[in-house]
Amino acid sequence: MSEQILHKVIIDNITVEVPAGTTILNAARQIGGDVTPPAMCYYSKLEGSGGKCRTCLVEVSKGSEKDPRPMPKLVASCRTTVMDGMEVKNITSPKVIDARNGVVEFLLINHPLDCPVCDQAGECDLQDLGYNHGKEGTRYEFKRRTFHKVDLGDYIQLHMTRCIMCFRCVFTADQLTEKREHGILDRGDHAQIATFIEKNLHNEFIGNVIDVCPVGALTDKTFRFKNRVWFTKPVDAHRNCTNPKCCGEAQLWMRGDEVFRVTARKDEWGEVKEASNGKTGWICNTCRFETKKVSDWTIEGPSVINRHSVISQGHYVGVTKPAETFTAVMKGRNPKLLMDIHDESEVNKSNVELSKLDRPAHSTDFK
Amino acid sequence: MSKKLLLKKAHVENIRLYDVYRREGGYRSVEKALKTMNPESIVEEVKKSGLRGRGGAGFPAGMKWSFIAKPEGVPRHLVVNADESEPGTFKDRYLMEFLPHLLLEGMIVSSFALGSNVSYIYIRGEYAWITDILEQAIDEAKANGWLGKNILGSGFDCEIYVQRGAGAYICGEETALIESLEGKRGNPRIKPPFPAVQGLWKRPTVVNNVETIAAVVPIINDGGDEYAKIGIGKSTGTKLISACGNINKPGVYEIDMTISVEEFIYSDEWCGGIANGKKLKACIPGGSSVPILPANLLLKTAKGETRLMNYESLADGGFATGSMMGSGGFIVLDEDQCIVKNTYTLARFYRHESCGQCSPCREGTGWMEKILWSIESGKGKKSDIDLLWDIQRKIEGNTICPLGDAAAWPVAAAIRHFRDEFDWHVDNPQESQIRNFGLAHYADEIHIPVIA
Ligand SMILES: Cc1cc2nc3c(=O)[nH]c(=O)nc-3n(C[C@H](O)[C@H](O)[C@H](O)COP(=O)(O)O)c2cc1C
Ligand code: SF4
Ligand code: SF4
Ligand code: FES
Repeated sequence: MSEQILHKVIIDNITVEVPAGTTILNAARQIGGDVTPPAMCYYSKLEGSGGKCRTCLVEVSKGSEKDPRPMPKLVASCRTTVMDGMEVKNITSPKVIDARNGVVEFLLINHPLDCPVCDQAGECDLQDLGYNHGKEGTRYEFKRRTFHKVDLGDYIQLHMTRCIMCFRCVFTADQLTEKREHGILDRGDHAQIATFIEKNLHNEFIGNVIDVCPVGALTDKTFRFKNRVWFTKPVDAHRNCTNPKCCGEAQLWMRGDEVFRVTARKDEWGEVKEASNGKTGWICNTCRFETKKVSDWTIEGPSVINRHSVISQGHYVGVTKPAETFTAVMKGRNPKLLMDIHDESEVNKSNVELSKLDRPAHSTDFK
Repeated sequence: MSKKLLLKKAHVENIRLYDVYRREGGYRSVEKALKTMNPESIVEEVKKSGLRGRGGAGFPAGMKWSFIAKPEGVPRHLVVNADESEPGTFKDRYLMEFLPHLLLEGMIVSSFALGSNVSYIYIRGEYAWITDILEQAIDEAKANGWLGKNILGSGFDCEIYVQRGAGAYICGEETALIESLEGKRGNPRIKPPFPAVQGLWKRPTVVNNVETIAAVVPIINDGGDEYAKIGIGKSTGTKLISACGNINKPGVYEIDMTISVEEFIYSDEWCGGIANGKKLKACIPGGSSVPILPANLLLKTAKGETRLMNYESLADGGFATGSMMGSGGFIVLDEDQCIVKNTYTLARFYRHESCGQCSPCREGTGWMEKILWSIESGKGKKSDIDLLWDIQRKIEGNTICPLGDAAAWPVAAAIRHFRDEFDWHVDNPQESQIRNFGLAHYADEIHIPVIA
């Protein structure tokens, strides 16, 4: 095989080499840390995703070695491929920070902010984004948009009011199931995810829409209101799933001996991981919704979670946190102030190492 | 009297029918193109003519044609954009309604130049009766051998189909149009790839406005050089302007882009002056998306020069003191019009028409509409005006397609030029409900600083 062509890109003063055809976002993910733009709609496992939410906008200050002209507008890093010699500014560009703050504000003006009663809280991309870029208070003084809750059958609840229109669930249904039964109705700020005539979603892989939804718009009815995610302990487990398309490798969210929820395993970007057979680790509805006894599963051990989220605040052995990039980005200087929101909020005790407990975690371990 | 190329025969009785159209010299350009020219030389003529896209952006048509990819064995397509949904724009409607064969003639020549054997007209859904007119014209053209297999024995095959939209402004954006034509939801695509490389069914595609394609007919008949002689600078040929608002003679006019804006508004040959003896307050010269200008900046540029009805002059001064030719939808506002209300109306339109794919456009357009409604209905605050400015600034340039910009620009221009009218609305919540701000100083001569 011929040598892969590598392109050299500089993102926020950090150089990385990636194969031609890589997007700026994926190049930034190789660096990791704060240099990586947030992505609310792109999902590497879903073809055609990205470009919509505009949170991943970056400035291209140099187009390439051959054509060094900067790009006139900010570009969506998830849908723009790198060129050799390209220079990108993410957190070092005031324009990007300004535009991203704008996008976050836009995403929040019609959001219900009902985190206290939302099952996604604690592992919600919009919460993380809000913490990182949002302002306290809002400039929006009008009634927020609301929709009726829609029941999509026994397993999935659609709470459209929380939706950010990332289209991921639509791509998932298109690419994972035989026949998509839901889509986008209407347009603009009145657009909605819907089944048109209310009906249940049946396909055996449709449960995966819950995992791709960045917010709490699609939630697991078998887990609804049963617990907060940060009180449950994620463990990796597998079972002999008879569905040939299901990888049977999942994550159980346990409290004591009880399995509260089953999800696919996710990587540090919040996306479904690769399974041991090399395929994307989507799971079937049976694994997700109907096998909730510990005896159904072979437990492998505590999950390694290195996502930026409340759930990663539990201290586990073997956790690899993304490398800190501050000094590199700031060309050797150190930042003046760092504040950890989760220490501040005392949601979890940061000194308890959950994986060192020789028993399942209990709520007393958290308070 | 300005030269007419497109509408010269528009008033001949029954010109809509093939026999009359042919008798009046119709389809000569097809004969010339197919018998004496090759695709390259047609593209060359169009390049020489300097013809710029008439759909809004003004991109040189010949250049666009030369970008079309020509991979071996892959069909190419010409798609005519007849979605015409921009408020204030109704020129394509006139052209298709009265001269359907002119569009078809231009399409056959253009299809030959681009190598498109199947070409489409994507027409605005509300133009239902024009669909019938076009389809009748297609049948006539086919019956007379101008469409179908082996046209004029040249070996070139061409079919034209009309597809109706379903009532969405966004389907005028070329990639949304292509999606819609493919039978999908009309969401704009993320570019690149551009349609010239991957358009309709992933095949190389050229999307052009109705008027652009119609203009190919005189270009081929008279030659690109002749066409380029009309007009000034990079504004060659003639342009259809649909004039509306508070004028005595609204309608569609063909101008040669040498006349001044003042002449166009006040001359009896065109708009015939402001209706009811009122005074001119403001104008949106190129369709709802382009910046509004107060009377003083409309008639003269910031440098004090006379503003002309062409691409360069209308854009003189950039967005700070100029506007755009856009699609040629010329909207005139007299002294009784309220700029806040007008801006609100436009904001409402863009909110309704946003496809909803990208967050800034989906959420920002609705937010702007709500704030504008507050101000208009006497509930606004001073800070709302700055907030509006900030919202439009955060939409512009940060979206997938230009609809976001098109929603931001009218709001930005209204605040830029008419800020005191906004202020007045906020300061006089009750008075603003019963009377309008009026002409104020918007027609006063602008002091031009002498630069040594
Ligand atoms: C929101 C939006 C609506 C548009 N609507 C139209 C339209 O109705 N008719 C049109 O010809 N072009 C429209 N355009 C411009 C097209 O995208 C495209 O530039 C044009 O059809 C190209 O033709 P031209 O080069 O001949 O001008 C629209 C663009 C946008 C962003
Ligand atoms: S329901 Fe969730 S996954 Fe689907 S578009 Fe909305 S936010 Fe995205
Ligand atoms: S700018 Fe508006 S209309 Fe265009 S793609 Fe984005 S949401 Fe849709
Ligand atoms: S992640 Fe790139 S636009 Fe949404």
